[in-house]
Amino acid sequence: MNQVISAYSGIKPGQAWVNGGIEYRDENFITFAEFIKPFFKRLNLGYPKFYKMDPLSKLGFIASELIFKHIDLDLYDKKRVGIVLANSSSSLDSDLVHQESINNRSHYFPSPSVFVYTLPNIMIGEICIRHQLKGENAFLISEKFESSLLFNFVNELFLNNRVDVCLTGWVDLLKEQFEALMMFVEPTGLAITEENSGMLLPFSEETMDDLYKKM
Amino acid sequence: MRPVYIASDNIITSLGASTFANMEALKAGQIGIRMTSDLNLFPSPLPLSLVDSELLEEQFLYILKYYKKNVGLTAYTRLEKLLIISIHDAISQISQNFNDPGTLFVLSTTKGNIDLLEERYKTQFQHRRIYLWEMAKTVGDFFGFANTPLIISNACISGIMALMTAFRYLRMGMYDQAVVSGGDILSEFVISGFQSFQSISSTPCRPYDIGRDGLSLGEGAGTMVLTTGIEKNSGSLVRIGGAATSNDANHISGPSRTGEELGFAFTDAMKEAALSPGDIGFINAHGTATPFNDEMESKAIGEAGLLESPVNSFKGYWGHTLGAAGLIESVASVHALQDQMLIRSAGFESLGVSEHIRVIAANEKKKMSSCLKSASGFGGCNAAIIFEKDNV
Repeated sequence: MNQVISAYSGIKPGQAWVNGGIEYRDENFITFAEFIKPFFKRLNLGYPKFYKMDPLSKLGFIASELIFKHIDLDLYDKKRVGIVLANSSSSLDSDLVHQESINNRSHYFPSPSVFVYTLPNIMIGEICIRHQLKGENAFLISEKFESSLLFNFVNELFLNNRVDVCLTGWVDLLKEQFEALMMFVEPTGLAITEENSGMLLPFSEETMDDLYKKM
Repeated sequence: MRPVYIASDNIITSLGASTFANMEALKAGQIGIRMTSDLNLFPSPLPLSLVDSELLEEQFLYILKYYKKNVGLTAYTRLEKLLIISIHDAISQISQNFNDPGTLFVLSTTKGNIDLLEERYKTQFQHRRIYLWEMAKTVGDFFGFANTPLIISNACISGIMALMTAFRYLRMGMYDQAVVSGGDILSEFVISGFQSFQSISSTPCRPYDIGRDGLSLGEGAGTMVLTTGIEKNSGSLVRIGGAATSNDANHISGPSRTGEELGFAFTDAMKEAALSPGDIGFINAHGTATPFNDEMESKAIGEAGLLESPVNSFKGYWGHTLGAAGLIESVASVHALQDQMLIRSAGFESLGVSEHIRVIAANEKKKMSSCLKSASGFGGCNAAIIFEKDNV
């Protein structure tokens, strides 16, 4: 069985891409918050839950939304849509915020709305809630982007018939450093439309390395 | 596909530093959750399940000598020590070479060396050790494992997911054997967070009981060595039959209202193992003793047609050990299966969930060939794994 990458997106400071084309550009920002907020508004999603998310979830959420603009999820059984993501710094960005709230006993204010984001897979939960995706999900950690880590995990899900399609990618954020590469993987012939048939890429480590390098 | 057997294992909790010690304690009904006053952990006393620090240092010193490591006790963090002791105990039970590329090392944790964010550790360890990959590498390098560690950090289902991943990679022939280890320590970080959710009980937790009012936190490590190198099982070894994960797609910090999603993780795992509900000897569920989790689980058990299977939770013995829970509780479930024994669900007296699940109220012998272990966690994640014994 062969899988293809039928849509992909990338976000780096100042720019975002979808399927190889520039989607958004804003070089005049200083912080991640200043970059992501107008970007989110321009996407016009009408999804206020976004504002409650931590920066890592916001990054992953938008990267996935860029893909789902091009994929009709209603074509699939949502119990059979997998999500496999990875990064290097786990939820350290929010960990530091929670730690800050407990460092000083005379100024001790741990908050559940911060603490819940001190797990990297919350980002997967946010994407699942948004689109009612209920299939296999996993969050993996590696020092750097490793195509083999994601490829092996996702490939195995297909080989053992645990998913019909799978969202996979790398979403890393720590303070003002951030990058996201998101890919939608599906078998040929299931829902490949005329619109996207021209830009199918073979699902392989080489393709993923190539997409990451081009970001 | 090749069968994947459990060759050896270890558990470290408040109840002891070996699987044997922990199983003896469970069978004797010993509770490891104690009222603890430790200002480094929390401003006021709380019931916690902590690994004895003196025992930990003693064991670690012995291991440093055994491996001829010329470093001081302070070269490793508390979590790294727990993991190293756990892995050492599991791999030293069998005569295998673990340093070849055919050995996969999988590590499961939620928070890793999160205590290094505290002021008191700022100068002792390199900043990099806060990264899960650096912590995993430190542990892997201790034993000279050839491959980069595969790290799973998926909230409270991490441990089951680590076993599931190793199982899948092994049966496909990607590796010959796997060392699967999980660990998490108790820190001010984790305790203050759960306390802010008001989810910690003021007494040792009581899964599925009518009077349950929250969880108890614990720390520990667990390890399983998985192998495909067994031609014919003499009957004593247990193998992994199937596993599955799912997502509630409902709420990031609250479980599904219907239990449907955990229910289909149960069903998918049974399907993969080619088993039906009647085959499941017992379910060792997540059973955190929060009102919503246990209620959701009872519905999931009903959804999957498993209401006849006896159910227990080990959280009443050693608390919720987070990223280690899936490993520790799987090891204990496998041994209960080997011993053909249903272990009492500590803290349970009368049923406090809406579905009529059969919570194990007293230890009992039972002839059975399989058991099911499950977990659910923040982010809406669910996981289920099945263990099978060939000859009963």
